[in-house]
Amino acid sequence: MFFEPTFLAIQFLNGLQLASLLFLLSVGLSVVYGLMNFINLAHGTLYMLGAYIGLTVARESGSFWLALVGAPLAIAALGALFHVLLLRRMQAASPMKQVLVTFGLIFIGLDVVRYIWGDFTHSIETPAIFSGSVQLLGEVYPSYRLFVIGLGLFVFVALYLGLERTRLGAVVRAGVDDREVAMSLGLNIELAFFIVFCLGCGLAGLAGVIAAPVLSVYPGMDMSILVLTLIVVVIGGPGSLKGAALGAFLIGMFETFGQVFMPALASVIIYALMAVVLLVRPGGLLPVRPG
Amino acid sequence: MIGPGLIVENLNAWYGDSHILQGVSLAIPQGAAAAILGRNGAGKTTTLKSIMGLTPRRSGSVRLGALKLDGLPPYRVARAGVAYVPEVRGVFSSLSVEENLTVSARATQGGWTLEQIFDRFPRLANRRNHGGNMLSGGEQQMLAIARALMTNGRLLMLDEPTEGLAPTIVEELSVLLRELLEDGLSLLLVEQNFTFATNLSKKIHVLGKGRIRWSGSASDLMKDEDITRTWLGV
Repeated sequence: MFFEPTFLAIQFLNGLQLASLLFLLSVGLSVVYGLMNFINLAHGTLYMLGAYIGLTVARESGSFWLALVGAPLAIAALGALFHVLLLRRMQAASPMKQVLVTFGLIFIGLDVVRYIWGDFTHSIETPAIFSGSVQLLGEVYPSYRLFVIGLGLFVFVALYLGLERTRLGAVVRAGVDDREVAMSLGLNIELAFFIVFCLGCGLAGLAGVIAAPVLSVYPGMDMSILVLTLIVVVIGGPGSLKGAALGAFLIGMFETFGQVFMPALASVIIYALMAVVLLVRPGGLLPVRPG
Repeated sequence: MIGPGLIVENLNAWYGDSHILQGVSLAIPQGAAAAILGRNGAGKTTTLKSIMGLTPRRSGSVRLGALKLDGLPPYRVARAGVAYVPEVRGVFSSLSVEENLTVSARATQGGWTLEQIFDRFPRLANRRNHGGNMLSGGEQQMLAIARALMTNGRLLMLDEPTEGLAPTIVEELSVLLRELLEDGLSLLLVEQNFTFATNLSKKIHVLGKGRIRWSGSASDLMKDEDITRTWLGV
């Protein structure tokens, strides 16, 4: 049954669904790193908080859609606060200090979640319109998963157009190419970074909400996906939108098919893939600065 | 046009514990040119970066006309009227030639527009949709200068603009900069190319070990063998 086309197609869709989540998570991390050389390990925490805030909004209001809009906005606002209070002071600090501070935030986030929501596993109910299944190649497939895939694609296209066609996008690309020169030309790179940072945080929150009906919501859900997210950034090439998309696609597929065909080796395959990419293309597959 | 242009007083800059600039003062009347000559490591680039606000720690006063520039972040210095073309040129490779020009554009009355830039730099017009990374060295230098002009500043600072350029391009650059001076732009030039610098600028500052060692006219400098030998190694 492993090599039936239908089975493979279903696994491919599962891979796309994971890729979609990983893309939403990694794109903010990647672009912020490319723009500011800043490594935010607490990015996964924002994902977890997005899931929990979404959970509360969905339960209180009874609307998944309100959670889908509200939680990312709340996380973006939290990101803004976090930037003003902490990151702005940390930008000149060494990478080691940045890693330690944001690593510390992971534990703070974990305890905050345990304190507010308790040490249980929760789930957000799938919205009614996507609670059913669709017939695909003679198999039933949950329609919510197709929604997740579609949302990931939509965000990719929206970000791509935003980056290529808008003034803010041009300023961001200029800042990633050469921050000092961009500032010397009168571009307020700090402000562009702040906006991009908040947007990236909001997308992490969005990933948390859309993951909640499929994966469980529990304290520590951030750590299990953070490692995959970091690998996506490394494989795709830090700072690159297309790199984040390609990296998310590859990891989504290798992780999904690995789990199906070689469950014992699945996690090894991901690391092996990263090692090979780093050996052949140390800057990632689609780096912002070639060479 | 004579007026208060750039006035730098007692500019100091540090990288870590190294005191790189040690009290540099210079003045350029609006519409005039000045060149800074000196050996590698004399602090020439650091002078330009410090005016721009790009060095991590600095002190001293920088004014452009009535505007106080010291203490401002680099993007505000640029918006106040200082256009800087660094030695690395820094053409944005993920932006097209046209985007390189428009991203920093600030329209002013009678200032440069995209059409005027393309008229003046026809080779850039032909490559307007090319990526910034697909240009030759000479084209990159022209784009870097054109992009700086699009900010419509009052002072243009160029760090070793002739480096790595073919002689014909250097000549073209010299013609361009002379035109810009006639239009009333001030010019602060850092150069290793003695002839290029002295052709453009009557006023020369010799920088050595972070201090201005000599200031005067190009013709006087050529007569002063002590200065040229000690601080320029000519």
